[in-house]
Amino acid sequence: MNDTVVHRDSLFARALDSDLFHSFIRSPVTVISALLTVIMITAAMLAPVISPQNPFDPATLNLMEGFTPPMQPNEFTGNVYWLGTDAQGRDIFSAILYGSRVSLLVGFAAVGFAALLGITLGLISGYLGGWVDALIMRIADVQLSFPAILIALLIFGVFKGVVPPAMQDQVAIYVLIVAIGLSDWVQYARTVRSSTMAEKNKEYVQAARVIGVPAPLILLRHILPNVMGPVLVIATIGLALAIILESTLSFLGVGVPPTQPSLGTLIRVGQDFLFSGEWWIVFFPGATLLILALSVNLLGDWLRDALNPRLR
Amino acid sequence: MPFPPPPHAAANVDHASSGGNAGHGGSALAPGEATVSAGAVATPPAAGTGAAPLLSVRNLRIEFPHRRGTLVAIDGVSFDVARGEVLGVVGESGAGKSLTGAAIIGLLEPPGRIAAGQVLLHGEPIHTLPPEKMRRIRGRRIAMIFQDPLTSLNPLFTVGQQITETILTHRDISEKAARKRAIELLAEVGIPAPDQRVDHYPHQFSGGMRQRVVIALALCAEPELIIADEPTTALDVSVQAQIITLLKKLCREHHTAVMLVTHDMGVIAETADRVAVMYAGRLAEIGPVRAVVQNPQHPYTRGLMGSIPVLGADVHRLVQIEGAMPRLNAIPPGCAFNPRCPHVFARCHSERPDLLPAQDTLAACWLYAHPADQDRPGTKQSPNVESAPRAAGPVTASAFQGLTSRGSAVNRDAKTDTDGENDLAQGGSR
Amino acid sequence: MNETVMTETTLPPPRAPDVPLLLVEDLKCQFEVSKPFLNRLIEREPRRWLKAVDGVSFTIDRGETFALVGESGCGKSTVARLVVGLYESSDGRIVFDGRDIATIKSGAERQKLRRRFQMIFQDPFASLNPRWRVDRIIAEPIRVFGLATDDATISQRVAELLIQVGLSPADGRKFPHEFSGGQRQRICIARALANNPEFLVCDEPTSALDVSVQAQILNLMQDLQDALGLTYLFISHDLAVVRHMADRVGVMYLGRLVEVAASRTLFDDPQHPYTRMLLATIPDITMSRAREETARGEVPNPITPPPGCTFHPRCPLANERCRREAPALVPIAKGHLAACHAIEEKRLEPLKK
Ligand SMILES: Nc1ncnc2c1ncn2[C@@H]1O[C@H](COP(=O)(O)OP(=O)(O)OP(=O)(O)O)[C@@H](O)[C@H]1O
Ligand SMILES: Nc1ncnc2c1ncn2[C@@H]1O[C@H](COP(=O)(O)OP(=O)(O)O)[C@@H](O)[C@H]1O
Ligand code: SF4
Ligand code: SF4
Ligand SMILES: [Mg+2]
Ligand SMILES: [Mg+2]
Repeated sequence: MNDTVVHRDSLFARALDSDLFHSFIRSPVTVISALLTVIMITAAMLAPVISPQNPFDPATLNLMEGFTPPMQPNEFTGNVYWLGTDAQGRDIFSAILYGSRVSLLVGFAAVGFAALLGITLGLISGYLGGWVDALIMRIADVQLSFPAILIALLIFGVFKGVVPPAMQDQVAIYVLIVAIGLSDWVQYARTVRSSTMAEKNKEYVQAARVIGVPAPLILLRHILPNVMGPVLVIATIGLALAIILESTLSFLGVGVPPTQPSLGTLIRVGQDFLFSGEWWIVFFPGATLLILALSVNLLGDWLRDALNPRLR
Repeated sequence: MPFPPPPHAAANVDHASSGGNAGHGGSALAPGEATVSAGAVATPPAAGTGAAPLLSVRNLRIEFPHRRGTLVAIDGVSFDVARGEVLGVVGESGAGKSLTGAAIIGLLEPPGRIAAGQVLLHGEPIHTLPPEKMRRIRGRRIAMIFQDPLTSLNPLFTVGQQITETILTHRDISEKAARKRAIELLAEVGIPAPDQRVDHYPHQFSGGMRQRVVIALALCAEPELIIADEPTTALDVSVQAQIITLLKKLCREHHTAVMLVTHDMGVIAETADRVAVMYAGRLAEIGPVRAVVQNPQHPYTRGLMGSIPVLGADVHRLVQIEGAMPRLNAIPPGCAFNPRCPHVFARCHSERPDLLPAQDTLAACWLYAHPADQDRPGTKQSPNVESAPRAAGPVTASAFQGLTSRGSAVNRDAKTDTDGENDLAQGGSR
Repeated sequence: MNETVMTETTLPPPRAPDVPLLLVEDLKCQFEVSKPFLNRLIEREPRRWLKAVDGVSFTIDRGETFALVGESGCGKSTVARLVVGLYESSDGRIVFDGRDIATIKSGAERQKLRRRFQMIFQDPFASLNPRWRVDRIIAEPIRVFGLATDDATISQRVAELLIQVGLSPADGRKFPHEFSGGQRQRICIARALANNPEFLVCDEPTSALDVSVQAQILNLMQDLQDALGLTYLFISHDLAVVRHMADRVGVMYLGRLVEVAASRTLFDDPQHPYTRMLLATIPDITMSRAREETARGEVPNPITPPPGCTFHPRCPLANERCRREAPALVPIAKGHLAACHAIEEKRLEPLKK
């Protein structure tokens, strides 16, 4: 009897040996994207620690330092700013760190909200079928026929009309999250619904039904873990889209309040100076947004391809 | 019906087995040696002429290069198919039946490749042909029938268009004549009202009808060999019987040879002239169908035959081969069947057996080695110990008595699992 | 044997021995196969129904193996699913151990009943949750029925079950993909045994397996039946397997039972023309007889079954009455039922041997 000998590698060792990891290592673009994403997320999280100044504390700003070009000493104080400063003498590098923090926060939260909503509705729709399914899917169809930005703008319009102006700045960020999330849940719902319809007919689900496991538990314990693969892919790509949508809204001036600027706000503010020669004020936030969105998107693309043959 | 020569006539086989029995691919490359290998004896020359058999497969070895090493899926398989003969190929799933078929017809999916050995059509190697030439052989001289008829039929064209087009690519006749031939073919495969059905689309046919159409399609170039991979597995039992009867009748009429790949021993018993039994990518036994089915020699074939429930036989327990076929990356050294074999002895662990004459068949088993060839006299067993010819009837458990009395309800095969699909996931280490 | 900690408390309550464990009466089940509402409206098509099971009646005694055979699509699996409650019947009764299932309304009562039967499925690759470890899979029924609550007892029971089906307790820590088809089917059997059921519904338990593995599983099922006194509803399209396993056999064609008899009677002296045709199509391994005739035709589309006896387009004995009037399943000998006008009219020739 050799039952007692259970030889098992650690989870980490097995992960390193997995096909997923190998396909990752063999794709340089993916490795670079992942590195960039990790660096940007870490930098954003550590913004208060690593940024040279707190760009939104008026006390640290010096108007004399306004419009300092990148890598050049300021003509009055002699200070050098890597990425230059804006009109108020705010360090662009610090502003970007803080701005990506807001952008990422909104992005992650919006994706989380959209995924939660979409997965729940998709599971219910796919498992119950019938008129519940028809209702949810028709709503999804209608929603899909409007551009995401239009929906987000609509929700913002309602928000502006309902919430008293004094409170608007405080809750704006939550509204932004909900608005972006609501514009994006359909994808999750559709994917989860179709996977659920396939899974619910598999015999392991039938086996659970035979012994009388209640439907919510079947959905949660049996079906959900088995439909999460594609969701992960959508969520990654969705993160890039959410960040861009947030920036767009902020750029249009309906997003986060100027007291908590995101990358989009920085770009909006900066574009005023684009044609007066101060290119860096808009260029660096723009480039950051581009790199962030592109890296996350490439990561999602890779994940989709790497997981696909396994999805069966 | 072709039968192999009696075992004693095959003296050169013993020579081959003692000369090149290392069997791990080294000797497989030498073509000179390959021609005298056991496989050559498996098929008698067709119709008594000295001509090469229609198809010869010699020491075929198929590999899948992989991140963690190379997986050897087929290892040293040799057999012949004579003109007009039906060769059945049986084995459990993952034994390598389909891969052998795909290799012959040049449809191995990359990264799979023929690493050694030869495929000869009328003595001409075809495994080295460029894809363009291979495509011309495929369809015209060798046709293929798959398990799912829908994969071979284009849903967008009527069956008539598809058959006519295939006829026109292979033969130089007018379109009208081709259509007439198409209707004839449909009638021949037993489709009622063929002059109307010829204009129907595949989805308007039932599963059995579709498989008939596929057979008509395979026949339209009058090929010399049809490779049929599980042609009846997707069909209902009653339809399966019809298709088998049809295939058999047509091949007899057209003198077409068939390599019939299936896991269903019943189909083989009804259809084939000879049977090749595959196990873990190797040939375990090959011989005339009657001999293999009623008086199998290889311990695996015996177990296999005993494990099939037979109508009219009142057995309380089926014969059970303990354990499971090894994964491709964990084939034991020596005889691949040794962990499960009730007759295993020392030599089985160290040397790989070649096909050796055993009664009326050839079996890859050391039990049938020539006594002079047995290097460990102490372990020598009489090959005939339990292979007394049995009357027509179900194979009894005699060969496996040792096993079944040991095996209770509890069968411990936790360590060896087959599951071919996971070979890659688990990684090969050859 | 592996006596379990729970056996004593879960023994079936004593009952009159003449009550069959399962009684199915005039069971019907239809599925809607109409096009979506809007298409139907535009194309002016009526709603269409597929009668998957159309009036099936049989009984299964305690400790017996009753088999259903028939070609694909004839409704075997639907009967199995109706019996375990995966589908709702549209008509008829299912009486388990003397109690009509439809009369049980309360959830607790239903769970009490569910504890007494289990199901084994055809596809060993789909019937285990790929994300769960084997021990969690096998423990699920124990947890759901509250047969044990503390982890130590449960894992001990899981280990016993694994040994019982021929696996090792260490296999409990693995995931399903690490096993071969036959081993997965063993895991399914272990799960089915976890709540000490009396009755197992086995829907083609070996159809996806190779013959040598099939022999292992069939032997295991027989051993378990002997050891635990299980009752099986055994479904298969393989007549030889049915002959080997079953005590009594029901032959189905297009949603109806056409013949029911003891296994030996059915195979030695089949009466219904369809049963005879099925038997004639079995490839003969012993090669003792030459196949003289093969079956005719194919199973018709179940959405538009032929009128009268649904077998008449393929039946060599069909006459005018067969095309008009559906035959009822009636006793033709002791314990032998068949639905065929030719038998009633004594037009049937005895089977040549
Ligand atoms: N593309 C591939 N990559 C790696 N291994 C492969 C590949 N194709 C087949 N194999 C392996 O080769 C072996 C033989 O495969 P093959 O398809 O010939 O089996 P088979 O006998 O036809 O089985 P089945 O009855 O299931 O069709 C299997 O173990 C399979 O896992
Ligand atoms: N959920 C369903 N919806 C529609 N038709 C179904 C459903 N389940 C089964 N059927 C149909 O019912 C008939 C009987 O099915 P089934 O019992 O699965 O057959 P089998 O004898 O192969 O097990 C078939 O024609 C099948 O297509
Ligand atoms: S060679 Fe040895 S192990 Fe292999 S089948 Fe023969 S006796 Fe068994
Ligand atoms: S009732 Fe008529 S058609 Fe049906 S099986 Fe009997 S003889 Fe044949
Ligand atoms: Mg195959
Ligand atoms: Mg079924």
